[in-house]
Amino acid sequence: MKVPVTLDVNGVRYPVELAPSTSLLVAVRDAIGLTGSKEGCDDSECGACMMLLDDRPVNSCSYLALQAEGVEITTVEGLADGDVLHPLQAAFLAESGVQCGFCTPGMLVSATALLRANPTPTEDEARIALSGNLCRCTGYDGIVRAVLSVAAGE
Amino acid sequence: MTVASLLVATTADEAVEAMAEGARPVAGGTDLVVGARQGKAALPDRLVAIHRLEELAGIASRDGSIAIGALTTHAAIASDPLVLERLTALADASAIVGSHATRAWGTIGGNVMNASPAMETGGPLVCFDATASLRSRSGTRRVPVAELFTGPGATIADPDELLLTLEVPVPRDGTGSCYLRLEYRRQMEIAVVGVTAVAAVDGERVTDARIAITALAPTVRRVPDAEAALASGDAEGAAAAVAAASAPISDVRASDRYRRAMAAVIARRAIDVAVARARGDLVPVPANQRYWGTAR
Repeated sequence: MKVPVTLDVNGVRYPVELAPSTSLLVAVRDAIGLTGSKEGCDDSECGACMMLLDDRPVNSCSYLALQAEGVEITTVEGLADGDVLHPLQAAFLAESGVQCGFCTPGMLVSATALLRANPTPTEDEARIALSGNLCRCTGYDGIVRAVLSVAAGE
Repeated sequence: MTVASLLVATTADEAVEAMAEGARPVAGGTDLVVGARQGKAALPDRLVAIHRLEELAGIASRDGSIAIGALTTHAAIASDPLVLERLTALADASAIVGSHATRAWGTIGGNVMNASPAMETGGPLVCFDATASLRSRSGTRRVPVAELFTGPGATIADPDELLLTLEVPVPRDGTGSCYLRLEYRRQMEIAVVGVTAVAAVDGERVTDARIAITALAPTVRRVPDAEAALASGDAEGAAAAVAAASAPISDVRASDRYRRAMAAVIARRAIDVAVARARGDLVPVPANQRYWGTAR
């Protein structure tokens, strides 16, 4: 029993058919084919699936896809401008904010939400904003440095 | 997780009609969808999504009361100037629910109607004498939040009743409040033990007190003995009364003995912050930061 729905992901409108219980994460990965967002815990604990709905961060594993119709969905694939990395992506590379990379899409999306809401966070504010994102490599220092370097305009 | 249908409601009337026909509401999904994934309760067969009902979102001041729409998010509550000033304990609570993503989508209505014994917002709401408006096809009734909870995950609301608004009388000047929880980590935490304290002062003297416990009994509830002790100036006695009134469970997060031992500690700290705020001292929201430091 699938229902037709149009999801606006990174500025592209995708008509898809989904069962009502489908999570936004499964819709974006499996029905649309954008696999940057990851399934870690599938339980809202790890943040690897983080997306933006308009400017608000959401654990997409725990959000019903049908509720996301009519809003702008942003995934990690929507951050770069063509081949030019988003400043946060460049900073993650420069500050060694990437190890295995599994948490990176969610970290980048959470950091984007933070900087849109608060362009000049303190270190504490940055850590709180990223604390819904778990890094299994425990590489938090580089990630926080990267976010703060973008906030400082470096 | 099978769901036969999901209706996105555009008006509260439409949502209430769908609920009368058997549909169950979903807003941010931060409890409902996660609970289904964990096997706590399957997703309802028919869902009505209420997240678009702007008429139920927002905070308004009217006739000596603060009306908080059921769809108001924790992020909105924790940053609302009126809540921060007048209902500080509620801001303390909403500011520490889940993570920033939980607070961006999780609503106070969901927090209340899920009725977890460890819910953050329940203690402040019962201490502030909040009243819930529940609407069904047959009309709207008003129920004190203190009478809403009947057990873990259970309320007196009928399955077809939709929570519309929480109305909170503005506490009188000279009132301070605090919600504090024992936590093991800064975010994505569930209260191990929680205490709400509300104190009205006249100079140095506490003249009126409200105290409620969280994660210490099958429901969030007030502790009259503790309130009486604090109102007579005995903060230590109030904290002891909180521990005495506690009937906690043992689970993966703490043993019942540990919870009972910590109940007095958390109560004393919550009381201290509430009294300090009542006297005009600035204790930043969330109060948890004062005792467990910042994110590092």
